[in-house]
Amino acid sequence: MSRVVGHPKHRIEDPALLRGNGRFVDDIALPDLLHVAFVRSTVAHARIIGVDVEIAKDMPGVHAVMQAKDLKPALMSLRMPLGASPSSAQNSSTPFVLSDKEVAYVGEPIAMVVAHSRYEAEDAVAAVIVDYDTLPVVTDARVGAVVGAPVVRTELASNVLNKLKVEFGDIEAAFSDAAHVFHDDLLQHRGCGHPMEGRGVLVEVRPGGNSLCVWSSTQMPHDLFHALSAMLDLDENRLRVITPDVGGGFGPKYCLYPEEFALPAAATILGRNLKWIEDRRENFLAAIQERDQYWSLDVATDADGRVLGMKGSLIHDQGAYAPKPVNLPYNSATAATGPYIVPAYSVDVSIVHTNKVPVSSVRGAGYPQAAFAMERMMDLIATELGIDRAEVRARNLIPPSKMPYTKPLKARSGAAMVYDSGDYPASQAEALAAAGWTDFPQRQAAALAEGRHIGIGMANAVKGTGRGPFESGTVRIAPSGRVSVFTGATAMGQGLATALAQICAEELGIEAEQVTVIAGDTAFSPLGLGGFASRQLVTAGSSVHIASKAVAAKAIKAASHMLDVPEEELELSGGHVRVKGNSNRGMSLAEVATRLRGAPGYAFPADVDPGLESSIQWKTDALAYANACHVVEVEVDVEVGHVTINRYVALHDSGKLINPMIVDGQIHGGIAHGIGNALFEVMGYDESGQPLTTTFAEYLLVTATELPRFETIYLETPSPMNPLGAKGVGEAGTIPAAAAIISAVEDALKPFAVRISQTPIVPETLFNLIQKGRAEMAARGEAIS
Amino acid sequence: MSERSIELTVNGRSYSGTADVRTTLADFLRHGLGLTGTHLGCEHGVCGACTILVDGVSARSCLMLAVQAEGSDVRTIEGLAEPNGDLHPLQTAFRDNHGLQCGFCTPGILMTLMELLDEQPDPTEADVRDAISGNICRCTGYQSIVAAAMQAAAELRKGRRA
Repeated sequence: MSRVVGHPKHRIEDPALLRGNGRFVDDIALPDLLHVAFVRSTVAHARIIGVDVEIAKDMPGVHAVMQAKDLKPALMSLRMPLGASPSSAQNSSTPFVLSDKEVAYVGEPIAMVVAHSRYEAEDAVAAVIVDYDTLPVVTDARVGAVVGAPVVRTELASNVLNKLKVEFGDIEAAFSDAAHVFHDDLLQHRGCGHPMEGRGVLVEVRPGGNSLCVWSSTQMPHDLFHALSAMLDLDENRLRVITPDVGGGFGPKYCLYPEEFALPAAATILGRNLKWIEDRRENFLAAIQERDQYWSLDVATDADGRVLGMKGSLIHDQGAYAPKPVNLPYNSATAATGPYIVPAYSVDVSIVHTNKVPVSSVRGAGYPQAAFAMERMMDLIATELGIDRAEVRARNLIPPSKMPYTKPLKARSGAAMVYDSGDYPASQAEALAAAGWTDFPQRQAAALAEGRHIGIGMANAVKGTGRGPFESGTVRIAPSGRVSVFTGATAMGQGLATALAQICAEELGIEAEQVTVIAGDTAFSPLGLGGFASRQLVTAGSSVHIASKAVAAKAIKAASHMLDVPEEELELSGGHVRVKGNSNRGMSLAEVATRLRGAPGYAFPADVDPGLESSIQWKTDALAYANACHVVEVEVDVEVGHVTINRYVALHDSGKLINPMIVDGQIHGGIAHGIGNALFEVMGYDESGQPLTTTFAEYLLVTATELPRFETIYLETPSPMNPLGAKGVGEAGTIPAAAAIISAVEDALKPFAVRISQTPIVPETLFNLIQKGRAEMAARGEAIS
Repeated sequence: MSERSIELTVNGRSYSGTADVRTTLADFLRHGLGLTGTHLGCEHGVCGACTILVDGVSARSCLMLAVQAEGSDVRTIEGLAEPNGDLHPLQTAFRDNHGLQCGFCTPGILMTLMELLDEQPDPTEADVRDAISGNICRCTGYQSIVAAAMQAAAELRKGRRA
């Protein structure tokens, strides 16, 4: 029985945050600080004819107004490198640090004002005059993909960034042998990540003027470090990147951004400390968004609804640029078959630029779209064949007897896609039982008799978590006895420090509160990847676990020499190495660490290396697959199209849980995000590419009054893929949520024979679908039950 | 810019200083007084992260000017813990119930709930949800926040009876 791991421990992050003593990037004060505001494109596509800064540069408090040409002396290139990639090379779709020739989305940075206050900087931004020659705009990827469509940037020959085909099995045979073929076109809308803290960059020019410390509210400090080092041609010992407290990530902070290069470049040129804090409107305009995908699918089944094959196409809206390799549609296309046995599969993927803000991952990263597509097809099969929706899924789920199950696909690493563990049918059965699936039809009939439209829906999901290739973990006990964990993983509010401290404390015989975790600081962790793909507990956790074991073993070995007691008679507890059965005899970890620090000329314990520490970079190419089943009950007010969620049951198997309290928080937050995607979050653009929703009054994030109590159930099938048996939880809650809710809403609207093939369904959309259903039924001469 | 002198009380301490007339109260607290616990999530009055108490009433400090707080008694997140450093029962309840993740919206939610629990010592869960319906949290899904508020309410009622 573990002592620290597996228990709902209080978070070590909380006291400072609860007292208002957190240190987010805007909380850090530096001497002689200047503030930056950006001049951003007000049009979706234009050639820049000229930028007039004459009035702006003479305004009160203004220190400098800088354009691309002004930053050029400090930068190796005005074009950004490709983030999160093995090559880091720039290409014709990476964004610019500042754009001086052409802009391709509203919000693209053109110039920066440096002033004594943000207020004065914004005054001057308003006085910069940009002369635009507007160009044709593409806002719909389906239109942009057509040959002859105007290009979103004049440097491109085509808006199609890439095409790929994801396929396996004999798809032609599957369809020719099919008893039934069903078709649907699905539209999934983009949304924003919206961490409550926007992005922000702070640059300190260190004394002497030729080294920089950069704080960024990012998920990827090491990626930024290496990219900045190359772009500024700065020796690595002259650059440090730190992530301070981060007020939420949710994907948008995974990218390298123009502002993260513009500020260090300007600071270098001006020799001044600079700060830029993104405001919410900028976050709407310039932080990446995700999820616009258009799927067209055909599914072939046998007479009993067993899937024989699925084929179709997927158009992915990439926005104006691609700041990192475009993995999302690959995630979507390879994840679509989910927890089901699909013998043959073929999907043509087109990745298409549009004149909208660039697209990268938002919580779920392509998986929610995949789950939505597959689960909608499952419901379609059930509806068309008159089989219960859960039964259709049960007939197609991968049984536990086939685990581990290899999908004939490859993960990004090239490794085979192997679902390592889990019992999908049992997961579904347990979630359905908890939600009262079988007796729902009676409740539904009773409600309908009262004129209330209630519905139940479900969705399954599988998520590959713990993406490699590695994450770093160093465990060090100082001569003071203080225990520190250093990692390249990045804390962005999810409780990473607590989880890693628990893993460390378990092995060292101490409490989690006695461990300090330093995450995301390139000065302390030379190697690191960062926060993405529900990976950090699995990867950094495994490194810290192995490193902690090594430190424990080393402490015992050293103490064995020092106490002259055989190793097997020693154990760690309460910060001491003790002789088993004799708690009075032993020595503190501080004493061991002091000895292993060494002293000039004094002998060292034999066979023990200096330093009471261990550094591990646990590597993996494979993923640990978590699974989930969500069951949702809703009520629809058919007069106004309003949806109320009455009940939400979420079953998750995320392997061995390190801190069940934190896991529950991750799942709750993930579900809330998915509910937003299903019912509330609309990022509107007009035909000219102008964003229509740039405040929280227009773009609705879900609030407390719209949510039900979540009922969560956890199975803990350990993953054999890592020493902790863990699977990631950061995104799993989001992935099936929208699919389950839409399934429930459609069920509630059975009397109107409504088919829902899109997200989100805001009241107006739903109202129109209901009206359409009524009209079609009337045309067929059917009565609404 | 024209500056004006202002005097106000923050967390029981008197401050006097000058502020540009257009400086928001949030910026004055954060950058003028160094009380960075009050956070700015939207700067248009919707997200509630910057909520503080002004003369006992919740206010969005991003929508108030510093000069409007002249003579006011302001309470921020930094003033919540006991003078001896112990966490306030509401803060303890948030820790016990995992009512925060990234902690960015938390100060505004705590101050909003301080007002609720003052006015309504025995709220229902629906009352709590209603009270925080003007505070956006992207991390938690709110359930743990509601649980924390209910625990704090019970704890504070016990304190009142004692």
